[in-house]
Amino acid sequence: MEKTPGKTGFSRRAFLKGSSAAAAATALATAPDVAEAHQVGTAVLAGPTVIVLTVNGKDHKVNVEPRTTLLEVLRYQLDLTGAKPVSGDGSSGASTVLVDGKPMMASTLLAVAVRGKKIETVEGRGGEKTPDAVQKAFVQYDAQQCGFCTPGFVVATRAFLDKNPKATEADIRGGLNGNICRCGTYANVIQAAIAVAKGGGNG
Amino acid sequence: MAEQYSWPARGKTSIIGKSHSRLDGPEKAAGTAKYTYDINFDKQLIVRALGCPHGHARIKSIDTAAAAKVPGVDYIHAFKKAGDEIEWSGELIVAVAAISGGAAAEGVSKIKVQYEVLDSFTAEDDLEAAIKAGRTKRGGGKSLTAREPGDDDDEDEFVDAEIERLLKAAKFTVDAYFGIDSITHCCLEPHGTTVKWEGDRLVAYLSTQNVSGTDDQFARGLNITADDVDVHCQYIGGGFGSKFAVDYWGLAAAEISKATGRPVKFLLSRDQEFKLGGNRPSGYLKVRLGADENGVVQVWDSHHWGTSGYTGGGVSHSVVPYVLTPPNYRRKATSIKCNTARARAWRAPNHPQACAITQTAFDELAKVMGADSYDVFKANLPSASNGKADLYAAEMEIGAKLIDWKANWHLHGKGPKKGSVVEGLGMALHTWGGTANTSSAIVRVYPDGSVEAFCGTQDLGTGTRTVCAMVLAETFGLPVEDIKINIGSSKMPFSGASGGSTTVGAVSESHRRAGQDALAEIFKLAGKKLDADADDLEAIGGRIRVKGKPKRSISWKQACGGLGLKPLEVTSSYKRGDESPLSSSGVGGVQMAHVAVDTETGIVKMKKFVAVQDMGLIINRKLAESQINGAVIMGIAYSLFEQRLIDPKTGAFLNAEMRDYKLPRLGDVGDIVVSLYEPESERKRGVIGLGEPPVISPGAAISNAICNATGVRVRVLPATPKRVLDALKKARA
Repeated sequence: MEKTPGKTGFSRRAFLKGSSAAAAATALATAPDVAEAHQVGTAVLAGPTVIVLTVNGKDHKVNVEPRTTLLEVLRYQLDLTGAKPVSGDGSSGASTVLVDGKPMMASTLLAVAVRGKKIETVEGRGGEKTPDAVQKAFVQYDAQQCGFCTPGFVVATRAFLDKNPKATEADIRGGLNGNICRCGTYANVIQAAIAVAKGGGNG
Repeated sequence: MAEQYSWPARGKTSIIGKSHSRLDGPEKAAGTAKYTYDINFDKQLIVRALGCPHGHARIKSIDTAAAAKVPGVDYIHAFKKAGDEIEWSGELIVAVAAISGGAAAEGVSKIKVQYEVLDSFTAEDDLEAAIKAGRTKRGGGKSLTAREPGDDDDEDEFVDAEIERLLKAAKFTVDAYFGIDSITHCCLEPHGTTVKWEGDRLVAYLSTQNVSGTDDQFARGLNITADDVDVHCQYIGGGFGSKFAVDYWGLAAAEISKATGRPVKFLLSRDQEFKLGGNRPSGYLKVRLGADENGVVQVWDSHHWGTSGYTGGGVSHSVVPYVLTPPNYRRKATSIKCNTARARAWRAPNHPQACAITQTAFDELAKVMGADSYDVFKANLPSASNGKADLYAAEMEIGAKLIDWKANWHLHGKGPKKGSVVEGLGMALHTWGGTANTSSAIVRVYPDGSVEAFCGTQDLGTGTRTVCAMVLAETFGLPVEDIKINIGSSKMPFSGASGGSTTVGAVSESHRRAGQDALAEIFKLAGKKLDADADDLEAIGGRIRVKGKPKRSISWKQACGGLGLKPLEVTSSYKRGDESPLSSSGVGGVQMAHVAVDTETGIVKMKKFVAVQDMGLIINRKLAESQINGAVIMGIAYSLFEQRLIDPKTGAFLNAEMRDYKLPRLGDVGDIVVSLYEPESERKRGVIGLGEPPVISPGAAISNAICNATGVRVRVLPATPKRVLDALKKARA
């Protein structure tokens, strides 16, 4: 997966080069203020760096290393612990967040790679007193047991229904397969998703 | 004290037996529920550990010098030393504590361990190889044959002769092999803890099913006293029987914290969770059975084996054959010592495997007879070891209607084929105890009418909080939301570990008792105000009123006002095993599966799964249904998807990641239909645990359905596509 440095601010190849030559590389991205930290044009990063991430509509200055994942930033610097560390490879879906509206795994995204992007976590969907339609449906249809997979499932369901607002039961069974639940809440998640879809995706 | 504890009669409840959304649902859905993994303390260190890659090895040397130099690494904790023998893959060797997970992982990557790799044995399904390798030990057994006077020759000789005679006399016989592989618990929140010391006092957030029992474990391991340990667990990300202990890595977290003076977070990595966090023993069985002309099994002769890890053990012989127990049987178990981590209790220990390797034999009998499996199971119900033949018969009828058994049934392998797809039905039945565990609760009623309770239990996802609140709300005639429930701290009144379906019974006992005891006091106060005898009062709809005279009433709040300036506080307890009108043990359940098998790809699809279950008195219908849905899905997982794969050469655990350890996804589970069976005969027995029983039958029910569809038995579960194709190929040959 190759991306143009100037545009996204981050190239996998450049990162790999940079990290393998970390000792010799010049740290370019230690920015003193937010405006500068928002700069996303550097191609080589090494060592601790301050960057700005836009999470749930707010800019946050955070300290990262090139290897720091988005999930680590959310959980250890922003106290947003809804996204969970379950698998190192994103295959459980428990760390699902929205990046520019698309569901992605915070566990497999490097923090420096999502500078300048809009990140939305489950906490951004609505709090426990002001739940959104998906969160309400998860409670009403008991689409949760231990609840550890639930935040990831909530975000994934929201993204799926945003993309497929008129999803049928068959669509949901066929399309909402990126998340693992060990307690076995799938039957209830299906009911919750159907209820939201029937309400027009937001109902 | 309330003179006699009781539940309201059917139709007389306003909350119990109805559906109520779980009280902590909004926090879980909002992502604000804090699990052990989510607790972060200032200046905490994060621990990552190095595990042994080999199934069996001796450590030659450990070099941590380079790890200690990694920036951010604060402390290195060795679990093992040179010369130590490691007996299963994944065992932790060294832990590294650092200011971030990244620094700790880098530290781990710099540790150099040299091993002398030793021969490992992991062929848990291969009895002959295990015997040759000297890895077997007797796992128990029992024979029971009908005897007559004069039959008192040598016991073994008599049983041998009698079994052979009965098999010869049988109208139908089955001689078959069935198996089920080892699986893991795969809790989504790994085992572990986040700890800090406050002086000499340990505060531990622990992912545990055993809040009230783990303070003592920490204390013993750390040589302090239990009163200096606070264990907290508000939320736990899965346990399934694997999280009763602090574990050696939990103690290490406390030791590292003590040594560094900093809070410490130590949760296993995903691969370590697979390797060390718990697994369920395998079971493989050879059986000969003989039945009469009606399909009633008269003689059973089986030998099964499997492993629960390095110490041996396996599926207990005591549940073989499962539930349906013929008048004459001989069962023998052999345990195999493998270089795999020790098994832990897995939801309904022994039962799912026993059901999967023995009730498949009853279905095989139906196939041999050319009979309807339903009829064969029904004919054998009188042999049910728990005496629940009538209950099972009623549940079979309900299940058959829900899955439309008659319309969908065909003889094994004789159904219509649509393209390459064939469909089939299968069933199985199960039992479980589910007795209430020991539990104490404090209920406090304040003069302003507010109510809260304290209990050192935990909520695994069962909905424990919600059950506690519903029981008190029903007792006091208040809305569920008006009851504040406090659980998840070892400083609260003792409540037993959540294992074996004992929690809903436990907290229903303690909270109903405390509630009724407190209500008796409130009635005394209200009685004075209403000029009525306390015995004549009832609490309904937020009011205390005179029975039969609803207009003579005062509000709950007015009644509590009589307490004056101090709250009423009541502690009540239940001790496991005590006779009680509130709880009991022993349930049954019947499950039926409808599957579609693609004979070209070997893929089995779940079409429909019906679970009929009794559980005594139901507290919360919605949560009870969720337990059953979840159990069925876990059952589908071990029937079709998950298995632990060990490299036979090195003993390495091969599929210890989520992408490689196959679990079903949302689209894989088909339609699940849950039927809660609560006739008065069961309801009047009180609360009985529900978590384990519905996870037992899916293996046999699904295996039987596949065999019914294809006419071919997939001998060992999970029935992966490869195994299905291999079985079909072998049958064609």
